[in-house]
Amino acid sequence: MADAFLELSGVCKGYGKGDARSEVLADIDLSVARGELVAVVGYSGAGKTTLVSLMAGLSTPDRGTITLAGKPVKGPGGERGVVFQNYSLLPWLTAFENVYLAVDQRFGDWPKEKKREHATRHLALVNLAAARDKRPSELSGGMRQRVALARALAVDPEVLLMDEPLSALDALTRATLQDEIARIWEQSKKTVVLITNDVDEALLLADRIIPLSVGPAATFGPAVAVPIPRPRDRKTMNHDARFKAVRNQVIEYLLGPGRRRGAADRAAAPVALANASDSDTVVAA
Amino acid sequence: MTTKAKFRFDASAIFLPGIGVLLLLLLWAITSSTLSKNLPSPAKTWEVSKPFVTAPFEKRGELDQGVARFAWYSLILVAKGYAIALLLGAPLGFILGWSKLFSKSFDPIIQVLRPVSPLAWLPLGLVLFEKSHPAALFTIAICAMWPTVLNTALGVRSIPQDYLNVARVLQLSPAKTFFKVLLPAALPYMFTGFRLSLGIAWLVIVAVEMLTGTPGIGGFLWQEYNSLIYEHIILCILTIGIVGFVLDRMMSAVEHRLKAA
Repeated sequence: MADAFLELSGVCKGYGKGDARSEVLADIDLSVARGELVAVVGYSGAGKTTLVSLMAGLSTPDRGTITLAGKPVKGPGGERGVVFQNYSLLPWLTAFENVYLAVDQRFGDWPKEKKREHATRHLALVNLAAARDKRPSELSGGMRQRVALARALAVDPEVLLMDEPLSALDALTRATLQDEIARIWEQSKKTVVLITNDVDEALLLADRIIPLSVGPAATFGPAVAVPIPRPRDRKTMNHDARFKAVRNQVIEYLLGPGRRRGAADRAAAPVALANASDSDTVVAA
Repeated sequence: MTTKAKFRFDASAIFLPGIGVLLLLLLWAITSSTLSKNLPSPAKTWEVSKPFVTAPFEKRGELDQGVARFAWYSLILVAKGYAIALLLGAPLGFILGWSKLFSKSFDPIIQVLRPVSPLAWLPLGLVLFEKSHPAALFTIAICAMWPTVLNTALGVRSIPQDYLNVARVLQLSPAKTFFKVLLPAALPYMFTGFRLSLGIAWLVIVAVEMLTGTPGIGGFLWQEYNSLIYEHIILCILTIGIVGFVLDRMMSAVEHRLKAA
């Protein structure tokens, strides 16, 4: 990738000290071009959330560097928007207020009317104009995640980091929101890193899919490009040879080398095998 | 079907407590006429208390006022002491919940001071302030603040990491983080503390008024004991109980609204 925009090189992260220390991520290299949508697909518990919090600046890598447009990432910043797995809306604020809080902080010097209009427009972008005065507890899971998406987009970030944004939703809502994310991405052409455990979701949305091996010490497998023109039709996914080819490559890595990787590195076969068998269902789903 | 069930519920809600009250009155009447001749009977109590209850706001003299008037004096004193307890307790609880260092340093002291009785604090208050009114406020405040301190600290410790991450990702200013995230997240716990603190403040008032001779429902109780008008002791106990109950209901209504939100 010639014009790397978001770049991670040699990133390692672990928790604990001494014997209790466990490596979560090892030797992560990633280079995302401006405007690209990259999906990271991996096992549950492999360290996907750790990866997002590193890129978001919520935690710092033990080794390696993370740069955005050439500048090192030192903490959270308005140029990176984050959509969390469990929505993380503030329950005492309405949908509008949740979005407005972000807008108000990011564009503090705008006149109030402009900020309100900006927040309203982003709620409309995710088709939630009618629910603006509802609190999160009155919204369905899908609607909550739309609010979270609107909040992340409203600060006009250069990079959008999404941590399994749809994994808590039912299959139908999930499909609808996938289509919306595809639409919004087409419109905004933001740089997006989408973390997911769903290979098909990655196939539908991503320019490139990067498999993450099983933990501990999870690392990236070879990236697989998705050379399928948009808009992509989910109905053809099960027959189209191009979809099948990409899916097979990703799954072969995840079930093959990606599953054994940790075991090979640290000669702790029983633990790694136990992890892998726990995770089988995830990939099959 | 549903109307019948509802009707039965309503009836039992009034009927069963009524039975409880009647049984207690009966027990009281029997005790006063057999075991303890000093204990005034229910009828006698009512007769002697009547002017205080039927004209609750009447002021006939410094020591001869309606029960509501006495209760009002006590409530004002409690309100002042309680306000001090909240103003000191809530910030202290916030710091305690936020800082592990602070918590480790001061938690043992709090655990030691918390069980100390108001009867023990009051003389210290008199030594410190040399007047009964500030000493009374000091005693109410220091006894009532602990539930607020501990529940606020618990509330702050229970703020989900997700909300803190949101505040960091959105780069909220410290003031916004506090007012939009930390405070609303901790508020339901804090209100549990506020409710318990109010209960203690009301408990303490009687002891404080007795010892300082301040006019109020507790002061009245002690004065009537010294004047051998035992009927009024019972009147005061009932008044204190009812006021305390109403205060607790009011606070828990607010608390439930906060938790539901």
